[in-house]
Amino acid sequence: MAEHITERTPVPANSTIPTVVCDGVDIVYRVNGTGAGRGSATAALNRMLRREQAEKAAGVRTVHAVKNVSFVSYKGEAIGLIGTNGSGKSTLLKAVAGLLPVENGSIYTDGQPSLLGVNAALMGDLTGEKNVYLGGLAMGMSREEVKERYQDIVDFSGINEKGDFITLPMRTYSSGMGARLRFSIAAAKDHDVLLIDEALATGDRSFQRRSEERIRELRQRAGTVFLVSHNNKSIRDTCERVLWLERGELRMDGPTEEVMAAYEEFTGGADKPKAA
Amino acid sequence: MSQVLHTPPQAPVPADDDLAALAARHGLSVSGARPSLPAYVRQLWARRHFITAFATAKLTAQYSQAKLGQVWQVMTPLLNAAVYYFIFGVLLGTKRHVPDYIPFLVTGVFIWTFTQSSIMAGTRAISGNLGLVRALHFPRAALPISFALQQLQQLLFSMGALVVILLCFGVPLAFSWALTVPVLLLQFTFNTGVALIMARMGAKTPDIAQLMPFILRTWMYVSGVMWSIDKLAKGHHGWPSWVVPALQANPAAVYIDLMRYSLIDSFHASQLPHHVWAIAVGWALVAGVGGFIYFWKAEETYGRG
Repeated sequence: MAEHITERTPVPANSTIPTVVCDGVDIVYRVNGTGAGRGSATAALNRMLRREQAEKAAGVRTVHAVKNVSFVSYKGEAIGLIGTNGSGKSTLLKAVAGLLPVENGSIYTDGQPSLLGVNAALMGDLTGEKNVYLGGLAMGMSREEVKERYQDIVDFSGINEKGDFITLPMRTYSSGMGARLRFSIAAAKDHDVLLIDEALATGDRSFQRRSEERIRELRQRAGTVFLVSHNNKSIRDTCERVLWLERGELRMDGPTEEVMAAYEEFTGGADKPKAA
Repeated sequence: MSQVLHTPPQAPVPADDDLAALAARHGLSVSGARPSLPAYVRQLWARRHFITAFATAKLTAQYSQAKLGQVWQVMTPLLNAAVYYFIFGVLLGTKRHVPDYIPFLVTGVFIWTFTQSSIMAGTRAISGNLGLVRALHFPRAALPISFALQQLQQLLFSMGALVVILLCFGVPLAFSWALTVPVLLLQFTFNTGVALIMARMGAKTPDIAQLMPFILRTWMYVSGVMWSIDKLAKGHHGWPSWVVPALQANPAAVYIDLMRYSLIDSFHASQLPHHVWAIAVGWALVAGVGGFIYFWKAEETYGRG
């Protein structure tokens, strides 16, 4: 693992300024219309009449996605979030970003944490060019800032390497091209607390290398980085601390190597037979 | 698998009250908390470019796959007016009682459509854009306002078509046409307010979007879009005396009739209710301010579900 340690950007370790404090956080999703197939109309009526008492009987299912999670993150840390599918990683990240309300407990943050991603703001019917502007504005950049960084964003995405594609509607892009442009737009802004959800796994190998580099740059400028990934290598490369969520509960919180070893044992061995 | 799941968290996590105290000591704020009203207005103002860009983007994206493209911006309202002319003007003969029936009808249809589509779009503003709400941080009021703005842009296209229609049917150009600007501003404020109210209700209960078309259609038929409230009243002497003033004071009828009064020379001030401008301003203020505060009150809950 020596080469990974040397790759890490030097950040002040053991800093004592907290950036995110999670205090006994519960997150619950409520899903309508999951009652049994027959009689679901009566179930809906039931739901409206007897709101609280009969939620379950009336076809509202509650999904307890995150259960009593507490942790403190400090300035300069890069924290990995791991866990099997559906363990609540993305949900927790969204709650830290203030995008999902918590059921119990509270999340305190220093400044406004931002989720790295603009997919939802972009429109396939618009040209790539207009989407760069729209995405930038949606992230809270000013018109001038977007104009200033426009060329960088387009160059970084490499969309125009094979011709003038930036003036075509985004729906005509291949999925890889679309993903690259989305990442380039999202990574154009600096953040205090940066939350990254599996953003590294997009595009071809050369673009992945460039995006990893960009993430490292963002990390240097950001106070704290959270990274959700199923790629154990990118967690090891980027993070010095790892939170392991399983079924919504925080199972482990500690130094990367320690937690990753336990996690790999849990999921049935390491991804690949390792040399070291 | 079950035996491993019982392992307790190994991290040294301080007790709960310590965490809250730690956060307070370092001046951290609660994530996703609702800002104060002035702070909210400031945030919204900071996002004004996003609001306009989002509205314009939605508008252009609407017809980008059609062969005729943006021509549909003008074609759609014209076709709408043609359908209503066929049914109400030709088949039902409403036009016999109204001078300049085509300008009267087309103005009514366009102005009504503005309110109708703003409210419909507002209803789905949050519930139809959950992806956006859950991915990015911005004052949520930006969405309903942006949708109302998109409808205003759409209306401006229609107004261009309307001017041509008016001139073709011999309605003279007059100074009173300048009144369309304040009328549109008031109507836009009203629409935005109602869109904000509907956005909060639609976010909590998406079923409202299914119900709205029926409510809106009823509202359209009582607002004198394709007939004159004034003329109708003269044919029904048996009505209680409050019916006509009530019909005329409803916001849709107020804005439609003010627009007709501004544009059409044969539509006289006598056909307007008393204190019509006061009513128009009143509706705009009540809906605009009330709707904004009502929407802001639930700011932190949007995105759940």
